[in-house]
Amino acid sequence: MLRVEKLSKNMGEFSLRDVSFEAREGEYLVLLGASGTGKSVLLETIAGISLPDTGRVLLGGRDITYEKIQKRDLGIVFQNGALFPHLTVAKNVSYGLKCRGEKSAEIRSRVEGLAEELGFSSLLSRNPVTLSGGEAQRVALARALAIRPHCLLLDEPLSSLDRGACSEIRSLLRRLKRRNITIIHVTHDYEEALSLADRVGIMEEGTVVQTDTPEKIFTQPISGFVADFVGIRNFIPGRLVRKSPDKERASEFVSDRIRFNVLTDEKEGEGNIIIRSEDIILSAQPVSTSARNIFKGKVVDLFPARLGMEVIVDVGVELAALVTRESVERLGLEHGRELFVSVKASAVRFIGA
Amino acid sequence: MTRRIEPCYLIFSLLGGVVLLFIVAPLAGIFINTSAAGFFETMRDSEVTGSIWLTLFASMGATVICAAASIPFSYILARKDFPFKGVVNGIIDLPIVIPHSAAGIALLGVLSGGSLFGGAMEKVGIKFIGTNAGIMAAMAFVSIPFLINSARDGFAAVPEELEKAAMNLGAGPLRVFLTISLPIAWRSVLSGLVLMWARGMSEFGAVIIIAYHPMITPVLIYERFGAFGLKYARPVSAVFLIVCFIFFVLLRTIAGRKDYVKS
Repeated sequence: MLRVEKLSKNMGEFSLRDVSFEAREGEYLVLLGASGTGKSVLLETIAGISLPDTGRVLLGGRDITYEKIQKRDLGIVFQNGALFPHLTVAKNVSYGLKCRGEKSAEIRSRVEGLAEELGFSSLLSRNPVTLSGGEAQRVALARALAIRPHCLLLDEPLSSLDRGACSEIRSLLRRLKRRNITIIHVTHDYEEALSLADRVGIMEEGTVVQTDTPEKIFTQPISGFVADFVGIRNFIPGRLVRKSPDKERASEFVSDRIRFNVLTDEKEGEGNIIIRSEDIILSAQPVSTSARNIFKGKVVDLFPARLGMEVIVDVGVELAALVTRESVERLGLEHGRELFVSVKASAVRFIGA
Repeated sequence: MTRRIEPCYLIFSLLGGVVLLFIVAPLAGIFINTSAAGFFETMRDSEVTGSIWLTLFASMGATVICAAASIPFSYILARKDFPFKGVVNGIIDLPIVIPHSAAGIALLGVLSGGSLFGGAMEKVGIKFIGTNAGIMAAMAFVSIPFLINSARDGFAAVPEELEKAAMNLGAGPLRVFLTISLPIAWRSVLSGLVLMWARGMSEFGAVIIIAYHPMITPVLIYERFGAFGLKYARPVSAVFLIVCFIFFVLLRTIAGRKDYVKS
């Protein structure tokens, strides 16, 4: 377990203010925030690369706030991998083990084991500058895992990768997650948070404002900032079922209380769907449009949003729709009003977990 | 379609040609005006060859001794902020701007037997005036900025993240320096060493004040010019130029072999 208590650090241009959160044993915690909110500084402070002005960092109950960086038992992975360019892949992975003075036979078997597990056995004698982004990130992960850290810190590990490499590393991270390593991952990308996190912490101006499950964060943001930042009001967990291999046709998304038609090229499996509130159409009558999802529902709440009005409609699950004041007046929207909700299958986004 | 040459760049190139000619012509003149017979005779002159070896080794010795202290110092200058860092950087560049005869006079003040430091060194058996040690000190004084500046730039170009990653993996500061920073900055460090060595070899003003004898080649050239004239100074210059050139190219080639820091 890693716990951060009231951590503050003044960095001039920006600062960390009273940051508190906790990553439970074996938990995958994603810290989500816009760039410049101090996410990287926070990770570096946890890792001991820089020291906080006030506050504490506890690892498994032990206060490591002022512990030497070399003795913290935390592995950090940087955005671009930060592989040592003058050493081979194998020597990169073994670097930390050599620092610990482990025997060379042990080092070799550990390096080979990790290469096998993370899928870069054929690259061991290569120079890091010849690796692709995804390969470099695998090696960087292996290098951090080699020292058997208590907790893994990932600093935007996917953001410099192209789309293919990104989903590859993402599934690798999901595999690591199943190994029960405590992971803290910082990112500005909510999709990363959704697809990986057990819990998500939202960072705003140098502090963690909300920590909760992805579902709670996306459906019940505690502040306007969180709502604006994540930008997603409709978030439903469930399972994707492909009805046809044809990519032109919709798949079906099944949750406890509702089914959606979804246009996606993702594989079948567990996951979440998200729908932007501005993509939801409300109508008084069922209308024949290109929308493949039409539900009958009842208005349960209605309030002004940052822009326009937000209408919460219960259609089995609660969906939030963003409409203008004119629409509210024209449709006579009020508490208890029955109406129809349409959503295009192409506006429903499935993110596999 | 013929390629049009931009007149502006043409003028710039022509100006560059004039500069190159300004550097190459005098050097070429030395070789054109030296007869082959005179050249080979000079190469057999033990006074000349002795001075050349002395020059090469004195400068190399000065470079190696200074490297031990200057390379770690360059690392600190590249990585750490401390009060008066600008002043320190200015002090390092001082030897480049002060006249080298003045540098010789200044050194004489601290190295002569009558001074505090010179006197103390004499007690342990190291004399500077008129000795190889004095030559090395004079060479080091005027050439050390080249090493420090180049090494500092090299260390500054090593991404800090690599050092952070190494520390995170358990490496202490010395280990990080020796296994990460130094190997990655090695090309700049080596190029600084070559520059310092080359600059030391060519030093005349400071050396002649500390040690006229034993005679390094620049002093020998000056002496032959003063005593016998241009005709006798020229072949020595020609031989020394060639030696310098060969070593310089050789070391530059070694230094240029690997480059880890990608721009």
